[in-house]
Amino acid sequence: MSAQVLHSTPAPVYDVERVRRDFPILTRMVNGKPLVYLDSAASAQRPRRVIEAVDQYETHSHANVHRGVHALSQEATEAFEGARDRVRRFINASSTREIIFVRGTTEGINLVAQSYARSRLGKGDEILITALEHHANIVPWQLVCEQTGATLKVAPIDHRGELIHEELEKLLSPRTKVVAVAHVSNALGTILPVKRIIDAAHAQGAVVVVDGAQAIPHARVDVRALGADFYAFSAHKLYGPTGVGVLYGRESLLAEMPPWQGGGDMIKAVTFERTTYNDLPWKFEAGTPNISGAVGLAAAMDYVDELGIENIAAHEQRLLQVATEALARVPGLQFIGTAAHKASVISFTLDGVHPHDIGTVLDAEGVAVRTGHHCAMPVMDFFRVPATARASFACYNTEDEIGQLVAALRKVREVFG
Amino acid sequence: MDLKDLYRDVILDHKRQPRNFGVIENADAHADGHNPLCGDRLTVSLRLNGDRIEDVRFQGEGCAISTASASLMTEAIKGKDRAAIHDLFTRVHTLLTDPGALPSPDLGKLAALSGVREFPARVKCASLCWHTLNAALARSAATVSTE
Ligand SMILES: Cc1ncc(COP(=O)(O)O)c(C=O)c1O
Repeated sequence: MSAQVLHSTPAPVYDVERVRRDFPILTRMVNGKPLVYLDSAASAQRPRRVIEAVDQYETHSHANVHRGVHALSQEATEAFEGARDRVRRFINASSTREIIFVRGTTEGINLVAQSYARSRLGKGDEILITALEHHANIVPWQLVCEQTGATLKVAPIDHRGELIHEELEKLLSPRTKVVAVAHVSNALGTILPVKRIIDAAHAQGAVVVVDGAQAIPHARVDVRALGADFYAFSAHKLYGPTGVGVLYGRESLLAEMPPWQGGGDMIKAVTFERTTYNDLPWKFEAGTPNISGAVGLAAAMDYVDELGIENIAAHEQRLLQVATEALARVPGLQFIGTAAHKASVISFTLDGVHPHDIGTVLDAEGVAVRTGHHCAMPVMDFFRVPATARASFACYNTEDEIGQLVAALRKVREVFG
Repeated sequence: MDLKDLYRDVILDHKRQPRNFGVIENADAHADGHNPLCGDRLTVSLRLNGDRIEDVRFQGEGCAISTASASLMTEAIKGKDRAAIHDLFTRVHTLLTDPGALPSPDLGKLAALSGVREFPARVKCASLCWHTLNAALARSAATVSTE
């Protein structure tokens, strides 16, 4: 190709091959085949930028935070608090006081359950969730119900895996104190109309906790525009490290909430008679936090913003469409979850073949998909399947890989007939 | 790692046509097994004659490995007593988990499971039926001893 031709060719809007080069793991071979990673909904891979940011921090700046006058402690504190501000900007929170670093979505939801709900709820109160929640947004509320006598209500979904909004509204009443919903379902890909849910819940005086684990890598999340009271997500689904995540909470609510874990960092003064708690957000961050994780998360947010989350989303939606059309032609394939608005997640079954066997055959072809109940056993029960296979697409996946998925599914048929 | 090693003809045959599939009415012992990770569920029911398994059936839904393993197990244990079954279980377990183990010649068709150990994520699928059988036997022993 001549230089002239190169010049006259407009740069592609989204250069997925360039994006792929940012992810070292994608050059790996698996079982002698090039890796086709279609399991980003379980955990996304990290770009070099994140790996290097963590490495740089560990190599040059590590010390404990908030605890020393020495240079390293100050550098570590700056890096950690800098990451907090990076998160604040990413989700458009008003203040870093509203950004609490936690281990992940699960811990964020448990924090709200144990600090907010447990201290306020009692018999006669209700917590409303939906039928498509991840176990992380079910079990913490069951625990609170056991502890307080409150009742758990579940808004139903339809055969496409969409929330039946009218039913949710019917379940809302002044007794509803907490509404906890996924922004995007991990098992089905359904995008929930959270703004509409939040408005309806607020009209009844309930606070809303959004499980943002699957939404954060696919859409611009603006917690203020949404009006969410709490919003939880994990770094590892956003191309960041494991073991770190964020709970956003509205400051007026956080200020009134009791701490949920006690220890260092969350206090101002301790005597044996009395402890004065620290200010927000540190009141909720007992103990030495995951500093390098926060640094990695900030780098992941830089990376995502550089690509542009709208560009990522457009790319993923293209893949979703191509994959949906290609998979629809695979004999015996049933989609589980066919909502009108979906993130780039496709759950499916194959007639006569258990998802586990699909997963093993695909793995032998280098294709990584998730198989199982996806921590959403009630969703599996609803669709009357023991499990599904799930392919999920991220910023680095290609149409070629969809072809390899389909070819690998043909192999499944060859083995099982 | 070769898929043919896992999905051998014997395995595929037993997956397609599971032997002794169903439940025994008024069974002397039964137990439910569940592998929550993959959603496999199965029930093993037994008719006992003293110490000996006179009849056995299994029912449930599972992957090819768990279905075939259960089917092969029912064929292998029919007519055997507890001691022989315990011995068989030990040898199957070794076969599924010990990378160096050669299938002992008297394992018969159960030797077809020797490919499973190359697929660590699948070992539990193959052993579910055996654990369920053990639970059924233990329960019947417990019932017997309290009577
Ligand atoms: C919808 C949803 N909620 C919650 C979680 C839990 O996230 P984590 O395991 O990172 O705490 C996940 C991750 O699997 C998820 O997909």
